[in-house]
Amino acid sequence: MADELMVLFSYPFMQRALIVGILVSLCAALLGTSLVLKRYSMIGDGLSHVGYGAFAIAASAGIAPLGFAIPVVIASAFLLLYITRKGKMGGDSAIAILSSSSLAIGMIVVALSGVSIDINSYMFGSILALKEEDVMLSIVCSVIVVLLFILLYHRIFAVTFDESFSSATGIHTNVYNTFISVLTAVVIVVGMRLMGALLISSLMIFPSLTSMRLCRSFRSVTICSAVVSVSCFTAGLIASYFINIPTGAGIVVLNLAVFLLFALAGKILKRDG
Amino acid sequence: MKLIECKDLCMKYEGITAFEGLTFSVDEGDFLCIVGENGSGKSTLIKGLLGLKKHSGGTIEFSGVKPKEIGYLPQQTAAQKDFPATVWEVVLSGCLNRNSYFPFYTKENKERAKTEIGRMKIEGIANKSYRDLSGGQQQRVLLARALCATEKLLLLDEPVSGLDPIVTSEMYEVIHELNHSGVTVIMVTHDIHNAVHYGNRILNMSRNDYFFGTSDDYIKTDSFKAMSRGCFHKEGGCFSHGR
Repeated sequence: MADELMVLFSYPFMQRALIVGILVSLCAALLGTSLVLKRYSMIGDGLSHVGYGAFAIAASAGIAPLGFAIPVVIASAFLLLYITRKGKMGGDSAIAILSSSSLAIGMIVVALSGVSIDINSYMFGSILALKEEDVMLSIVCSVIVVLLFILLYHRIFAVTFDESFSSATGIHTNVYNTFISVLTAVVIVVGMRLMGALLISSLMIFPSLTSMRLCRSFRSVTICSAVVSVSCFTAGLIASYFINIPTGAGIVVLNLAVFLLFALAGKILKRDG
Repeated sequence: MKLIECKDLCMKYEGITAFEGLTFSVDEGDFLCIVGENGSGKSTLIKGLLGLKKHSGGTIEFSGVKPKEIGYLPQQTAAQKDFPATVWEVVLSGCLNRNSYFPFYTKENKERAKTEIGRMKIEGIANKSYRDLSGGQQQRVLLARALCATEKLLLLDEPVSGLDPIVTSEMYEVIHELNHSGVTVIMVTHDIHNAVHYGNRILNMSRNDYFFGTSDDYIKTDSFKAMSRGCFHKEGGCFSHGR
């Protein structure tokens, strides 16, 4: 088994998948805690569909996919925040509209231009799709996410727990909301090449929901979801190689299994306690 | 000494005038209760006092206290009910306005949080999770957090809504004691009897008019009589419902 793992990770594409995957899962877990608690669980799903649309257009027009998708997804994140803040439409409705429209536009663009090969991997994820630039981008963006998260941890907690109180005590809550949306957008665009547009949002919400079954403080939820997220990714990647299943789907199912385990443990502990 | 003085204040809500010509002041040591029907502009006024919303006319003057030094107790949100955070984490977050741009908590912050936890008598639950507490305990935690943010002035937005009668009266006693120890209190409430019982000043807002004065003067007004339907006794609260 150890030898096989050595062989497995001697392939450059597996090394790339491992590095990008671990970094993306770590960032997704950190951002996800705040998103889940603020009832924005579906934002990851919505933005990944926008990402699909953007990638489809970029592929058809022959422009750099990441260079096009990242600004488009960030702009959509701003749009969602703006709509939610104005209170004209519920956040969930706004996400549903944005998500299905961009998926539809993406499909039409693909059908009209006939470039379906690459797009398929964005839809369902492929570890072969990762290039050197993805590795660099994911390293840069995860270092930024982790550093900012540590520096702003207490303020992120305050804003997540109680926006009214935080803004009353002089914290610029909009700055933090924007900051979290922008980083979410970047993490999703980078992550969806590995996990697929359909599965990336589970990377964001599963680890936090899993940790919340057992952990009682914000700090322990944050740490636990980071650990759960990275371990599920690594184990899922290895397992998907050995039993020959799609990587993204394997990781999600593993996350589901861990979630159920934590939920059961939470129930048992609550009954005893 | 006057902490807050509002003169001829006018504020808008989504472009429509929420109230205008409002003049009142808050002195040090006051217990001011803001009452009034829904839609009379109470929430807009709170935002104005906290500096979250600009007023469109008149003046608000603060002396000895800044808007961000007001200890605010907002209404609870649905998302907080299952929020995984310990009492300690929540209370400590009230100290953030003291640190300007320093990203972590200082030793003084932690001492402060400990003191306020003691003052609210919640030492026993400091390591418990906020979501596992009863409604009354949660309000005490949020009061301790508000006290971390202020020395002088608390602004409480319907602090007893959703609490049962026994916990409600405990909550009023806690607020009353804080007021006695020198903290100025502004409380928004629908509970008009306790408002005149505990508060020394009343601001009654309604769509066209307002009353500002002592609670003794307020109970003589028609609007008070209309709202309490004549069942009020200054010392004993309301007994006459259905008996």
